[in-house]
Amino acid sequence: MFYGELFLDYLKQYLKTKLAYRLDLLNELISDLISQIVNLVFILVVFQHTNFIKGWSQQEIIFIYGFFLIPFAVFSTFFNFWEFQEKYIIKGEMDRILTRPAHHLFQVVLETMDPESLAGVFTGLIIMGYAGYQLDLEIAWYDPFVFVFLVLSGVFIYGGVYIAIASLGFFTDAKTGISPMIYNIQSYGRYPVDIYNKVIRFVLTWILPFAFVGVYPSAYFLGREDLYVYVWITPVIGVIFFVVGVWLWNLGVKNYRGAGS
Amino acid sequence: MPSMYLEMIRIRFLMMLAYRVNYYSGIIIYSINIGAYYFLWDAIYSGQGSMGGLTPSQMTTYVAISWMARAFYFNNIDREMALEIKEGKVAIEMIRPYNYLAVKMMQALGEGIFRLLFFSVPGMLIVALFFPLTFPNSWETWGWYSLSLSLSFLINTEINLITGVLTFFLLNNEGLMRAKRVVVDLFSGLILPISFYPGWAQSILHFLPFQAISYLPGMIFTGAMGSEQIGGAIFIQLIWVVVLLLPLYLMWIKAKNALVVQGG
Repeated sequence: MFYGELFLDYLKQYLKTKLAYRLDLLNELISDLISQIVNLVFILVVFQHTNFIKGWSQQEIIFIYGFFLIPFAVFSTFFNFWEFQEKYIIKGEMDRILTRPAHHLFQVVLETMDPESLAGVFTGLIIMGYAGYQLDLEIAWYDPFVFVFLVLSGVFIYGGVYIAIASLGFFTDAKTGISPMIYNIQSYGRYPVDIYNKVIRFVLTWILPFAFVGVYPSAYFLGREDLYVYVWITPVIGVIFFVVGVWLWNLGVKNYRGAGS
Repeated sequence: MPSMYLEMIRIRFLMMLAYRVNYYSGIIIYSINIGAYYFLWDAIYSGQGSMGGLTPSQMTTYVAISWMARAFYFNNIDREMALEIKEGKVAIEMIRPYNYLAVKMMQALGEGIFRLLFFSVPGMLIVALFFPLTFPNSWETWGWYSLSLSLSFLINTEINLITGVLTFFLLNNEGLMRAKRVVVDLFSGLILPISFYPGWAQSILHFLPFQAISYLPGMIFTGAMGSEQIGGAIFIQLIWVVVLLLPLYLMWIKAKNALVVQGG
């Protein structure tokens, strides 16, 4: 398949450039790991002072954090749109993309790919596995499939949101600075939404649905039946946000007129 | 001679002023972070009167002032140094008739003053609209806090200079700089007041310079630190300001001899 081959070629090329600077690669992996551990330390220390946060135990919160790391790692691998506007719109790289015979979004994804972020999947699995073991969670034969399905939904949600934000770049030449803001709101999704007020809970569920990447899918494995409704609509939200994101992107490309020169 | 350094501060201030639009979004980002921790702490306290020596309202204030103070003391001097060393520009800097490290410190100060006026102060006012903050009610506390904040700026900048100078020896210390940033955020008390850590961790953290960056001034501002302890806290900060100069000075001497210019 054409796109599959393209993906492998890009990946090969990427690995070649990365392996030329192995120390940098190691640095990156270690500093990612440190920042993941910092968040864990926060949870561990806070629970020295309390047993429950709004009815959630330490292990449950750790489980949610571990789960969150997995879709986040996959998302970070494929949707590095942080410098999209700078690189592709302002510097005009988009023109080059548009002259090539593959879908433009796919090309941008491949060019900005960051496979070492996938290390977060392992960190997440270890953290989640540890918390799950402490909680004595039972695993049914279909649970791994549900897990993969929910993780992919989460990736679609993140992907959709950031594709939509990157698409704004097609309509304006000025830097918007929106994506760092959204990125920081993202960390709200790491904790149960019960701790927020109504407005923020609504935003995290329906507008920037980051709760569907942490708490809601985790609720399935933690057996929180009151949240099962949200578990089942997680894939729906994923599809909706991704489709809207791609639609906005295509609209943007149609509207794109080049940066000149 | 001093007027030259003053000019450095002024130039950097004006440079920052030219790009001030970047800082409006910065205020929003910091407010988002403060909000995240506000709700989290609110849920963690839920009814408990006091934790780690802080009441819930002191905690809210602590979170807000710590983030807005970070906006002031934070700078990328280490990254700038690393870049200048990599590009070989540092060779030119070294033959100029000034002290390179002092110049970096002055540039950091120019940036800090800008961030204080255009980021920390308006940011604090905006945050006060959304969250129930309690400001110190005596001029004395404000005075002590200002002194403490200035010292925390010096300590943080010294640590940045040390990480920057390390580039001379490591040539590529991108990883170290990133790790340093996270470690400073965690161990300075920005993310978690030192008094929350278990005893063994506290006794280690009390011997590190990081608590002097965020925790001590934060505790002074919230009033969680009694007036009789403030003198001691300032004293610890002063000690670190002086102590950190030593490794910085020694490394700088070594670095000047070890300098390998890769390009330029």
